[in-house]
Amino acid sequence: MEPKSPSRPWNPYIAGALAGLLLVLSVYVSGKYFGASTTYVRAAGMVESVVDAERVSAMAYFVKEAPKIDWQFLFVVGIGLGSLAAALLSNTFRVQAVPDRFAERFGQARALRFLLAFIGGAVAMFGARLADGCPSGHGLSGSLQLAVSGFVSLIGFFAGGLVMARLAYGADGKGGRGQGR
Amino acid sequence: MELWYGLITGIGFGVLLQRAEVIRFDRQIGALLLKDMTIVKFMLSTILVGMVGVYLLVDLGLAKLSLKPLILGGNVLGGLIFGVGWALLGYCPGTAGAALGEGRVDALAGMAGMLLGAAVFAEAYPALKASVLTWGDYGKVTLPGLLGVWHWAVIAAFVAGGVLLLRFIERKGL
Repeated sequence: MEPKSPSRPWNPYIAGALAGLLLVLSVYVSGKYFGASTTYVRAAGMVESVVDAERVSAMAYFVKEAPKIDWQFLFVVGIGLGSLAAALLSNTFRVQAVPDRFAERFGQARALRFLLAFIGGAVAMFGARLADGCPSGHGLSGSLQLAVSGFVSLIGFFAGGLVMARLAYGADGKGGRGQGR
Repeated sequence: MELWYGLITGIGFGVLLQRAEVIRFDRQIGALLLKDMTIVKFMLSTILVGMVGVYLLVDLGLAKLSLKPLILGGNVLGGLIFGVGWALLGYCPGTAGAALGEGRVDALAGMAGMLLGAAVFAEAYPALKASVLTWGDYGKVTLPGLLGVWHWAVIAAFVAGGVLLLRFIERKGL
């Protein structure tokens, strides 16, 4: 088989609308709305249970969100598998440790990218749990149900993100401008 | 069976996210720098279609809403904190696994960080529950409930507003 060139991306309106139909179908079939961040709580509980199960079972938050595999856990796993399959089938799978826009700003240092990704992930998840949802649970599922909590959180996500992205990557998209020379 | 539905729904969503390229770091940061609105186009399309579909199901008695309470302390502070972390990571909880799926190995560091963030939150939960999470607790309110208007009027306004916003984005070439 000769190597094929990567497929062109799908139109975001059509893909987004199909995702909306998928969500409606999911609500109809299984009564489940999309969400992702609770899964990280359950996974953290599972990891901690290996070390000290007794302590985990006594913690209020792990009583609320028990460390078990549920619909959402497999939904999150499925997102990864679906993406892998689509990437392979469309020839867009590409191993990359430092994203292009990050490299333009900070260079190709993997350690820096991994460190910032780790810190960013920890901060984002703490925030998502405090807000009781992430861009899936609040942003999509919350706002499409016209939940005020969804709109407020979604505005918060973008407000925090706009400010931090500007600080980290600069107003010109590459950074550097306005910070000395 | 419920678990299988979760897996199948996730696979379908993962395919759509990957093929529309909305899981890429460059696109997520591009949106936050207001330079690339691909994820806004995707999310808004999902929300508008989902809004009409879900409320149709609810009105026909075929589904129930699953609302999260409005707690201003949690939603506002948590939302802002999430945004700060999101801009550093460039992926969100739902899309990090998908980014890893298409070979972006830095997402793995982000996922490890998310596990830590969840663990830290679990430690802080009792204290937060007694403080921040009591500030401005309005319960499970919807926009039509708050405004006292028919939900289809709000949906119509959102669809009209969403289409106008998307037209504006297209005209700007973002």
